[in-house]
Amino acid sequence: MSVIEIKNLTKKYGTKTVLDKINFTVEKGDIMGLLGPNGAGKSTTMNILTGYLSLTEGSVSVCGFDILENPDEAKKHIGYLPEIPPLYIDMTVLEYLSFVFDLKKIKLDKKEHINSIMGMVKITHVQNRLIKNLSKGYKQRVGLAQALIGDPEILILDEPTVGLDPKQIIEIRNVIRSLGENRTIILSTHILQEVTAVCNKVTIINNGKIAAQDTLENLAGSIGGKGKHQIKVMATREKGAEVIKKIYGLLSFKFEDFDGEISTFVIDCGEKDLRPDVFNAFAKADIPILEFKSAEPTLEEVFIKITAHDKKVKEETNNESNVQ
Amino acid sequence: MKAMFNKEFRGYFNSPTGYIFVGVFLFFCAMFFVNMVIVNQSATLILMFNSMNLICLFLVAILTMKLWSEEMSRKTDQLLICSPVSPWGIVMGKYLAACAVLGVALVFSLIFPVILNIFSNPPLSELISSYLGFILLWCSFIAIGLYISSLTENQMISAILTFGVLFVVFLINYLTSTTHTALWIRKIVGAFALLDRYYDFQLGMVSIPDVIYYFSVIFLFLYLTKQNVVKRRYK
Repeated sequence: MSVIEIKNLTKKYGTKTVLDKINFTVEKGDIMGLLGPNGAGKSTTMNILTGYLSLTEGSVSVCGFDILENPDEAKKHIGYLPEIPPLYIDMTVLEYLSFVFDLKKIKLDKKEHINSIMGMVKITHVQNRLIKNLSKGYKQRVGLAQALIGDPEILILDEPTVGLDPKQIIEIRNVIRSLGENRTIILSTHILQEVTAVCNKVTIINNGKIAAQDTLENLAGSIGGKGKHQIKVMATREKGAEVIKKIYGLLSFKFEDFDGEISTFVIDCGEKDLRPDVFNAFAKADIPILEFKSAEPTLEEVFIKITAHDKKVKEETNNESNVQ
Repeated sequence: MKAMFNKEFRGYFNSPTGYIFVGVFLFFCAMFFVNMVIVNQSATLILMFNSMNLICLFLVAILTMKLWSEEMSRKTDQLLICSPVSPWGIVMGKYLAACAVLGVALVFSLIFPVILNIFSNPPLSELISSYLGFILLWCSFIAIGLYISSLTENQMISAILTFGVLFVVFLINYLTSTTHTALWIRKIVGAFALLDRYYDFQLGMVSIPDVIYYFSVIFLFLYLTKQNVVKRRYK
């Protein structure tokens, strides 16, 4: 079931088109990473989704409510943490969350709800401190707590770990992962490890267009490389190749390197899991396997390949139009 | 609206702004009361209220300068706009909070009519209409200040602009009151002379058109503020 549906969404700032007819849906329970280089249109998409910015063309529906026709109903289902957390720094954490509770007109038990959210994001012990005296990590948590007020079905987080130190990044990621157990989350970032660590789906946005949308595995498969493994064996190139050729079901293999003692191969197992067969074959041949790791492309490689492809297509289109 | 009102009203008194406003307001009230009412042995508060109108130039600027500017500069307007609250609710909450601070100052200022009543016998209707006119006039100024605050992220610019615009309102009043100005000019600018209509209230005359005029000014500037907030989404 789709909780967010974006159809032909276009946003123009004057004559500049920031989003160009983008379409995507987010299913219930997804943790979707919205990836893209700086200025790709991620924050604009999120700002439109949350009703902060208006759209030029197209439609955005949140839990069945159109963001333009039924903004209040749509907004009730969304918790939003913008890139700069919207904090009233002269308030204490408790005062701030209490204000957000009233602002969102929540019908739950106020004290109990705020306490449970503070417990969830681990800010209970700083509840009586002024927000301006908190560290950046805690401010980010307060911003996250604000987004959680009212227990919204959808959480939209715009670069939630930007500017945090490594320890704080891990903590915030853990919080997001636990929140994703019973919520739909859209997470915008340009840190690829973050998507790998937290998300189960990725939408890559580039130059205001959707460049790709799929699961991490399928995206890796789409550029080739799914089922590929790299092995390092203590044997010569010929001996190693001889053993690999005998493995039944292997699609192909490629020799990569020999450093005088160790040979490196990349084997393509396709859809099948041939790791036990590879292990047994080398064991039978009495050749030790020193390293066995996945050679599937990383998200970085997927991202670079997709965005580079987009750039190439754009350049070709520009050249063609210049010739004409 | 209620949440917004509570937040803003508390905000005034959690910071020096509310205390400065009420303190300066009462200080000048007391000064004008002694120097103009008691020294002149006047039985009305007309002179005190008239002089207080000059002080509003900077007092209203202090009161309204941060109302929207601060939200925009700290990006907290994102929280307000992304919440299921109508822009009217947000604007009204802020406006009423600023008016309530004026209300606090006016409650304390009731001491002056009480003192006056001890030494003389001021007509009650004049006192009530003076207060009513004063409230309507200052609430109009607050609406203008709130609108100006929604135009800029910089609080200082907001304060200076509010001061400037209210100063022009006073100049308009001067233009309409002097006989050197052509009649047609006086008629045109008279529509913007907020102070002109206030003088009738001081004399104990509450005219419905004047009350409607002030409410129209308030509504106009609140509407413009709301439009300004909504317009930012389409930038």
